[in-house]
Amino acid sequence: METTVITTAPAGADPVVSHAAPGIVEALPAYGFTTAAYVVAAVLFILSLGGLSGQESAKRAVWYGIAGMALAVAATLVGPGSGNWLLSLVMIAVGGAGGYVLATRVQMTDMPQLVAAMHSLVGLAAVFIGLNAQIELGRVVRARLNGASDVFHGFAAVLAHKTPAELAMLKVEVALGVFIGAVTFTGSIVAYGKLSGKIDGKPKKLRGGHMTNLGAALAALLFTVLYVAGIGPALLWLVLILLLAGFIGWTLIMGIGGADMPVVVSMLNSYSGWAAAMIGFTLSNDLLIVTGALVGSSGAILSYIMCRAMNRSFISVILGGFGGEAGPAMAIEGEQVAIDAEGVAQALNDADSVVIVPGYGMAVAQAQQSVSELTRKLRAAGKSVRFAIHPVAGRLPGHMNVLLAEAKVPYDIVLEMDEINDDFPDTDVVIVIGSNDIVNPAAQDDPNSPIAGMPVLEVWKAKNVFVSKRGQGTGYSGIENPLFFKENTRMFYGDAKKSVDALLPMIE
Amino acid sequence: MPVKIGALKETTEGEARVAVTPSSAAHLQKLGHEVLVQSQAGLGAGFSDAQYERAGVTVLPDAQALIAAADIVVKVRPPAAAELDRLQAGQTLISFFYPGQNTDLLDRARDRGVNVLAMDMVPRISRAQKMDALSSMANIAGYRAVIEAANNFGRFFTGQVTAAGKVPPAKVLVVGAGVAGLAAIGAATSLGAQVHAFDVRPEVAEQIESMGAEFVYLDFQDAQDGSATGGYAKPSSPEFAAKQLEKFRELAPDMDIVITTALIPGRPAPKLWTADMVAMMKPGSVVVDLAAERGGNCDLTVPDQRIVSDNGVIVIGYTDFPSRMAAQSSELYGNNVRHMIADLTPGKNGEIVHNMDDDVIRGATVTHGGDITYPPPPPKVQAIAAAKPRERARELTPEERRATEIAAFRQQTRSQVGMLAAGAAVMLLIGLVAPASFLSHFIVFVLACFIGFTVIWNVAHSLHTPLMAITNAISSIVIVGALMQIGSGSPWVMLLAALAVLMTAVNIFGGFLVTRRMLAMFQKS
Repeated sequence: METTVITTAPAGADPVVSHAAPGIVEALPAYGFTTAAYVVAAVLFILSLGGLSGQESAKRAVWYGIAGMALAVAATLVGPGSGNWLLSLVMIAVGGAGGYVLATRVQMTDMPQLVAAMHSLVGLAAVFIGLNAQIELGRVVRARLNGASDVFHGFAAVLAHKTPAELAMLKVEVALGVFIGAVTFTGSIVAYGKLSGKIDGKPKKLRGGHMTNLGAALAALLFTVLYVAGIGPALLWLVLILLLAGFIGWTLIMGIGGADMPVVVSMLNSYSGWAAAMIGFTLSNDLLIVTGALVGSSGAILSYIMCRAMNRSFISVILGGFGGEAGPAMAIEGEQVAIDAEGVAQALNDADSVVIVPGYGMAVAQAQQSVSELTRKLRAAGKSVRFAIHPVAGRLPGHMNVLLAEAKVPYDIVLEMDEINDDFPDTDVVIVIGSNDIVNPAAQDDPNSPIAGMPVLEVWKAKNVFVSKRGQGTGYSGIENPLFFKENTRMFYGDAKKSVDALLPMIE
Repeated sequence: MPVKIGALKETTEGEARVAVTPSSAAHLQKLGHEVLVQSQAGLGAGFSDAQYERAGVTVLPDAQALIAAADIVVKVRPPAAAELDRLQAGQTLISFFYPGQNTDLLDRARDRGVNVLAMDMVPRISRAQKMDALSSMANIAGYRAVIEAANNFGRFFTGQVTAAGKVPPAKVLVVGAGVAGLAAIGAATSLGAQVHAFDVRPEVAEQIESMGAEFVYLDFQDAQDGSATGGYAKPSSPEFAAKQLEKFRELAPDMDIVITTALIPGRPAPKLWTADMVAMMKPGSVVVDLAAERGGNCDLTVPDQRIVSDNGVIVIGYTDFPSRMAAQSSELYGNNVRHMIADLTPGKNGEIVHNMDDDVIRGATVTHGGDITYPPPPPKVQAIAAAKPRERARELTPEERRATEIAAFRQQTRSQVGMLAAGAAVMLLIGLVAPASFLSHFIVFVLACFIGFTVIWNVAHSLHTPLMAITNAISSIVIVGALMQIGSGSPWVMLLAALAVLMTAVNIFGGFLVTRRMLAMFQKS
């Protein structure tokens, strides 16, 4: 925490500063306990994230996180700068009740929406705190100009003993925090809308495309410069930055399609972290900085993993749309052959090893319980059943794992792509449920394919492949899937849940 | 009136197989058919009349009675002329038929007005695999060939180190990696032999290697594609054939067992294992010629005979390998036949629909309604996709590998040092303009980013959703900021701060709770 007092202000600095001095010294309480608590909280947060390396340690990790948060809040309440306890506690209680209801009622298939909605809250909170910082700053500066020796409380007290250089830096931080917060807020709202189906999932391009966004970003930069330089009405500039950032967040995410949402949501996750870190700089609060940086890098890594799993650059995902095709796609030979439940059941009864590849379609059809039941029956019959999860399956990183876990599929038979890809040639039956692009052999065979080079699950190497799919049609990328035309592939048309339910009684 | 399906007793001498087994009869009955069998038809395969009767099959005393009663007559071997003459117009016969070689028989069947479905004409497409009797019989032949070889080979197949001395593993060469060849490879490798295999179709190299054998590569420029439609081999060019024989001569002295399975549809078997190769082999070695029926791949082969060459090499030319395992082969052939009949009974209601638009049925039907329908139009799809020219990755020499490793290391060092330098420069610039208090926070920020990166990389992929939920809750640490502002004197600040506290509280409680809910669901089996 910044404890230097203004007496160190350089010669020729704003004389107002020294006028305010008596008030401030009085307002500076002891920081020791709070800072110590913050250190412990930061360590707990790091342990909490580190604990997620395994399913069992993760259960402990949540408690670390909860303890860290409780400690941080308690320390802040008793620490310097706080006030209005009653209001604080009421708000925490009301919000907490809301959060409780939300968390206990949410369906696991709706997790992507929930996460997106929560990001928007963090973004908006960051915006509010940034605005507050500016309002307080304005108050402090006005007070100094008036030569008043008010005793500032709370945050204002921290502000009141800043040097001009520090104040300029503070303004940069506020502007950045508000900008990132606003992008997170509107972007998350759009992501929420798209994931919950309230907004059409198809990418919508703005007229003028990215140039409009670029213009908005440049304008925001201009206002930031004006704001930091202290020219004109500071609060107005900040609000303008806020609005432009909100506009950018909205249009940017509108231009991204539903299946790219894993990247978007993890990117917004990252942004919410960076916003928190910026607020930490503004408030000179190391705990916020550490936590924000942790969350920010976490989201950044998730986005990177998702992008790598699609073999696309982050930029191309965020700017939306697939790259232009390099040439004509390879012609597909053969025909799609349909099969009924009986045929699939017979193949399953004959099989020794089965691999199930779930995708977003399974979540849409809410088929995870039926799939779990199928797994249970097949395992009871002594067959090896495993799940192959592509990193971008679903609409959220790790979405499929959570759905399967909810349906009580043991996690040790749910494998990542790299763990299982070599086993497909020895697999008797692969069931693809509601996934398309992640099992598309064109990614490997056809250098002209838009998804060429994307790592895919090599299901076609198995002896039999059954594809449960609502109907003929292409996946998110809009390209034909040669898998469906392969000799060893059978199309099992119909709603995923109904299809799997039809199989159940026929498994011996 | 259910359709009656009758299985004849085989008349060919030594043929022990039967076309319907008690278990396949049960499946046929499920399709709504009635099953008949000639008395003692299953005896050679170990199925007594009593077993058939127990399965609900009517046993008829002789062939005449059976043919008179049955609507569909099933058997294994092509019918004798006399058998065919007993059939009436409109009756259906299902058996091996070899219409290409048996044109007389084909004409006779047409004249009698008999519908013939030839089991050997089932097209080689995936859908028809379950009725592909050629494959199921070849599979048995391949297995049995290895057993016969082992029986005649006076040594172990597997290598052993015993107290009495070391035994080297037997070296087996399988020529032709069709179904029979692959089955032979499988049987020989599981007995512990060292197996080499050759085929003119380069695309089967992968299959051979997957069975645990070593593919014998021919050093032949513009290696020809030896596969024709339907996954069968086609004749090779003279140059290729010469190269191939040269390779075999090179291998012959080393090989203990040679199993040849090379057949080209509609032609005599190619001579691949010449007399001089046999002469080069060690005494006691065994050659099993699965192509004996079509003249044999080996010069010395005498069909249906086991002969011993001058230098003590045993050459086996049996043609009845499947029949030597009659119980197994009847079971599989019976299944092939019942799958064929199942396709002929699409309604599963005991009603036969001879659908000539169905690729499989069309392909197998050689006479229908008094017409010869052989040969069928070519199948629409190829069984095995033509091999793509595959570049075999060149093995790097140790020096080259070392060189690439060093280069990669240098490259990495360079990029890392470059990034560090750039980062340091940026830091210096920031240091020049930013106040000292900012820098102390900035250090914390940078270190936290580093910790974040190392910690998050270790997070299990399956926990990415809980990770997002918990980071969500943690990023609501901004509540601390709001709590510090809420005590401010300004009502606006208070309002905004209160709202921020409310929203972050939702997030904190919601985020942690939902993470807990998710993690509690992850269970080990």
